[in-house]
Amino acid sequence: MDLTILWFWIIAFMFIGYFVLDGFDFGVGMSLPFLGRDDTDRRVLINTIGPVWDLNETWVIVAGASLFAAFPEWYATMFSGFYLILLLILVALILRGVSFEYRHQRPESVWKKWFDGLIIVGSAVPALLWGVAFANIVQGVKLNANHDYVGTIFDLLNPYALLGGVATLLLFFVHGVVFVSLKTEGDIRMRARKLATKAGFATIVAAATFLAWTTLAYGTVVSALFAALAAALLIASFLANLRGAERLAFALMAGTIGLVVLTLFSSLFPDVMPASNDPANSLTIANASSSTYTLGVMSWTALIGMPVILLYQGWTYWVFRKRIGRAHIDLAVH
Amino acid sequence: MNEWLDPLLLSRWQFGLTTMYHFLFVPLTIGLALTVAIFQSAWVRTDKARYLQLTHFFGKIFLINVAMGVVTGIVQEFQFGMNWSDYSRFVGDVFGAPLAFEGIVAFFLEATFIGLWIFGWDKLPKKIHLGTIWLTVIGSITSAYFILAANAFMQNPVAYTINEEKGRAELTSIWDLLTNPIALAAFPHTIFACFMVSAGLIISVAAWHLYRNQHLDTMRPALKFGLWMMVIAGVLTTLAGDQLGLAMVDAQPMKMAAAEALYHTATGANASFSVFTLGTPDGVQELFSVRIPYLLSFLSTHTFDGTVEGINNLQAQYVTLYGPGDYTPTIWITYWAFRWMIGLGLAHMLVAVVGLWLTRGGRSPKRTWVWKVAIWSFPFSLLAMSVGWVFTEMGRQPWLVFGLMRTADGVSPGVSGVEILISLIVFTLLYGALAVVEVKLILKAVQKGPDDAPVQDAESGAHQHAVTVY
Repeated sequence: MDLTILWFWIIAFMFIGYFVLDGFDFGVGMSLPFLGRDDTDRRVLINTIGPVWDLNETWVIVAGASLFAAFPEWYATMFSGFYLILLLILVALILRGVSFEYRHQRPESVWKKWFDGLIIVGSAVPALLWGVAFANIVQGVKLNANHDYVGTIFDLLNPYALLGGVATLLLFFVHGVVFVSLKTEGDIRMRARKLATKAGFATIVAAATFLAWTTLAYGTVVSALFAALAAALLIASFLANLRGAERLAFALMAGTIGLVVLTLFSSLFPDVMPASNDPANSLTIANASSSTYTLGVMSWTALIGMPVILLYQGWTYWVFRKRIGRAHIDLAVH
Repeated sequence: MNEWLDPLLLSRWQFGLTTMYHFLFVPLTIGLALTVAIFQSAWVRTDKARYLQLTHFFGKIFLINVAMGVVTGIVQEFQFGMNWSDYSRFVGDVFGAPLAFEGIVAFFLEATFIGLWIFGWDKLPKKIHLGTIWLTVIGSITSAYFILAANAFMQNPVAYTINEEKGRAELTSIWDLLTNPIALAAFPHTIFACFMVSAGLIISVAAWHLYRNQHLDTMRPALKFGLWMMVIAGVLTTLAGDQLGLAMVDAQPMKMAAAEALYHTATGANASFSVFTLGTPDGVQELFSVRIPYLLSFLSTHTFDGTVEGINNLQAQYVTLYGPGDYTPTIWITYWAFRWMIGLGLAHMLVAVVGLWLTRGGRSPKRTWVWKVAIWSFPFSLLAMSVGWVFTEMGRQPWLVFGLMRTADGVSPGVSGVEILISLIVFTLLYGALAVVEVKLILKAVQKGPDDAPVQDAESGAHQHAVTVY
């Protein structure tokens, strides 16, 4: 098998891992103003992801480093081209991360309110902007012969990309709310179910429109299949949530997000960053990739490393499998 | 174009600023993870409550610090592509691999097990929980190795071939890349220095409490631990630094010449080491300097009659090799950074040795200034670490990858000066604000001191654990 093809799909896998896992962290963060009626509620929410948000976020670091190693041109063009978008994502991730850790360090409610706000913004901004970034990649951007982005920030904020952003924002939101219903007990669990239903309508509309637009404008037969399946799973998740099947609803949401990423990647293939102004400037898996030797070394590392990683991360989730309720927070020392 | 909107200048400032900032948290993460793991092991072995108290106490400082290390680390990885896209294109095939290895092999390990450690106190058996902090230690140290291997490629490019058609460097041997002599020498030097920084923190914290005559049962053993850690790590840092110096003379002779501001090639007694110089060490005028004969010869070659090449000589060689240009780093920076690194390092070892002597057999010094010196150990050990990196990276200039790519050629051509100015301002303000919060929180945690000994279960005698939550 051609290693460039293998690595294209490994990169897709890593972004699936990132969006499925950190996706519900974003959703939990964004749900604070809707589900957190008081401080204890908000602490319940934050603690559903407390032990795992860091490892979830690490997926983007590994995805970024793998992109750098496997497709240096893609990494260089995307990261320099989306400069201000990535700056905003970085700032948001920084604020979110420190807020989780700092929020509980002082008892004053002003202090907590500040960090609650930062968690909400720090979760919503990446949830929106990752969608904008990936939609732009699929759509194609203006590149010169050196593969440098020559458009402006405003070119990146086009209708299709913004729709992509809204779609990921809503998908992550529902994903997180369903996660809350799966991980909490008592009143908040019921309210999460209701909120998932309410937000579900808008999410289905936004995601379906984005998937249809992607399929009609940039799709292939394979991507169309992924898109259809993504839409089906999203609706199934909505129904599962209605029936109170929390585990199923969450699994179906995870599947939906994975399939949306697959839709985008299969629409791209074999390009990795199409040039909208001149196809000759497009980055493809052939001209953006590293040498066969490097890809070979990386393949062995990923092949041996990833199963081990999945195993111990799975174990972590098993250790923290219990639901969290208000009583749990009251037991705590600080 | 306005000089202040020069993308190269702004990108260099941003990379320097964000990297130095990130590296304030890295040594503490690496060093404190080990410290906490040792205290927790002592508790598991002896079941003495004070070791558990120390584990929780330094664990709390560790966690406040880790959050910053994690989030500022993402910036580092993104910046290569954002600000240095031509560099990324040129070296990605070689340089990307150790970064990806770091993620897959080390970073996942660290991030996963740290979560298990923080929240696993009441969920995991005692020994498995202890295992999670040791895996965090292993993850953080392995992570450092891969990053230093990547950095070593910039100092001393090995294991590559130039692909003319694609205009880039390509990896020829992952093994040779990971066993770059600079990486092998820089790794122990950096890791032991990280241990010195966390030893500095422990000494500062323990001295602060002991000076106030409080928390004696935990802070006395903590001080002793910190002092011994400083002495041992200091000796090892020095030995490893000596090896790194030899490797550096071999790979980057210009850096050693710049460290000493040595303009003319010197041999034997003339290859002296100046402890300090009055006037500017720009080779033009030297008002006064204190010099130790033979020392530079010894540091550079491990012989007393060795020859150390001077800046003028090397500059001429490089012009022949690489074409016209200025191949000299900014001398006053390299000269003074090198001295401050060594001077502060040695001062800390001295403080630790004297401290061990003054506290021998449970003695407690009465003089205030002794405690004051000890309390200031931490900020100055962190400063030593920072100036060490300033020396390493400024001494590499004007190269981005030594001999292969100049810093000016690596910057992103597609990113405007305005965009970089925006990001530089954003990072400066954000990092500044976070530094204020961080320092306040750490000071608060430090000054509060360890919590009282945890309640022991009446029947089993085991320590009860409160549930950990955010």
